[in-house]
Amino acid sequence: MLILECPCCGVRGEETEFHGGGEAHLKRFGPGSTDDEFHTYLFSKENPKGVHFERWRHNNGCGKWFLAARDTMTLEVFGTYSAQTLEPPKHIRDAITAKRPGWTWRDFS
Amino acid sequence: MKRYSAFAIAREALRHHTGWERAWSSPEPKKKYDVIIIGAGGHGLATAYYLGKNFGITNVAVLEKGWLGGGNTGRNTTIIRSNYLQDPSAAIYEKSRSLYETLSQDLNYNIMYSPRGVIMLAQTEHEVRGYQRTAHANALQGVTTEFISPARVKEIVPIINLDGPRYPVLGGLWQARGGTARHDAVAWGYARACSDMGMHILQKCEVTGITRGGAKVTGVSTNRGDIACDKLGVVVAGHSGHLADMAGFRLPIESVALQALVSEPIKPCMDCVVMANTVHGYMSQSDKGEMVIGGGTDGYNNFTQRGSFHHIEETVRALIETFPMVSRLKMLRQWGGIVDVTGDRSPILGKTPVDGMFINCGWGTGGFKAIPGSGWGFAELIAKGHSPLTDAFGLDRFHQGRFIDESVAAGVAH
Repeated sequence: MLILECPCCGVRGEETEFHGGGEAHLKRFGPGSTDDEFHTYLFSKENPKGVHFERWRHNNGCGKWFLAARDTMTLEVFGTYSAQTLEPPKHIRDAITAKRPGWTWRDFS
Repeated sequence: MKRYSAFAIAREALRHHTGWERAWSSPEPKKKYDVIIIGAGGHGLATAYYLGKNFGITNVAVLEKGWLGGGNTGRNTTIIRSNYLQDPSAAIYEKSRSLYETLSQDLNYNIMYSPRGVIMLAQTEHEVRGYQRTAHANALQGVTTEFISPARVKEIVPIINLDGPRYPVLGGLWQARGGTARHDAVAWGYARACSDMGMHILQKCEVTGITRGGAKVTGVSTNRGDIACDKLGVVVAGHSGHLADMAGFRLPIESVALQALVSEPIKPCMDCVVMANTVHGYMSQSDKGEMVIGGGTDGYNNFTQRGSFHHIEETVRALIETFPMVSRLKMLRQWGGIVDVTGDRSPILGKTPVDGMFINCGWGTGGFKAIPGSGWGFAELIAKGHSPLTDAFGLDRFHQGRFIDESVAAGVAH
């Protein structure tokens, strides 16, 4: 069972309280970008077997968006953090390294 | 290989069943093959079979990290239908369904194809319009389907409740030649026929790397040593992204768990397949009498082969609305499989950025029905470089914005 803690209101709940919003830390490309950039942004999703970063919304709670670091194999959540970040904060990365040494996700490690 | 027949059963009965052969051999890997297929599920084995049967290419190895047919081939709800909306989909799924009709004879292996009919229930006004549109599209594509009235639905499925509390049944899309088949037997039958042609099926052989010479694929590294090949076909469903990573490219695919469950066996009560896509549930009765029930996919990427618990509740709730009699049934087993879902809910069959490497993936929640057609088309693609069945399903369609959008027609539940 997937249990998340909303960093905005501090409530812990199982997955029916939340709604998954797909990959986190997307860099958006729109008008003026190259075809390759637009294609990558739209379709080439990260699909790791292991550490993954995602957007979640606390649908049946405070309603706010946040980000989560999670293992797609075990559903273990390494930590949740504010959506107003451009990359995973250090304490989240350290928490992942403690449990999954050598992990990488996109350019992060 | 000795053929299976009524005579063979009589002969073996007299010999205390000592003469049965192993259905397929388990050889040691050779140093090099003409074609290597990664993934010994239905699609991979069908590809190997049609490479041999249609193109005479028999120096083929099928590599499997686990056991044969142990992935989604052994985890699906065995539904076969071809009532898709878009022309390329209808072509490949109808080819597949028509191959299923004679597959038992072709393979000399009883796959128990049962063309018992498939109904997709229309339970909202939008679904009525959508399925009427699909029925018209199917008529133009040469796929036999019809849109039927609630009274006809009740006639075909007496246990159904037409006026459910949330979503009354307003009609249905009926494909009389759709049905089910025994999923394990499909994989086993293809494997036996491949082995008979001299192909190698290597189980417990996990690919750990893909070797390239310049832009071209030259072989794979596995836990049973390096194996060279001229052409490589990757048919690994949920783990496609993982293999693409090894070869250095990315796929527009996300993997999620899809689950199914099966009830205790009961007396025959429903002789067709019913799919209720609005309420997310579908059901058929197996030959053993168990009700085979499929549910929805998880709402987030995962590789757990288990599925979210609340989906079981949603699925069962939907079925109780539609079939009140199942409320007293006990469920025997529940399981999950990892499905590889693309943005337009259509599969990817095509070349990759690596020369000589081909990919067949993205079947999402509806791959079982496509096994023979996918194998047929993918084998042609590998042998000749293109195939009329698969040309529209290339990886380049995402770059070109040329989608085969089945998410509206069939993306809810399969």
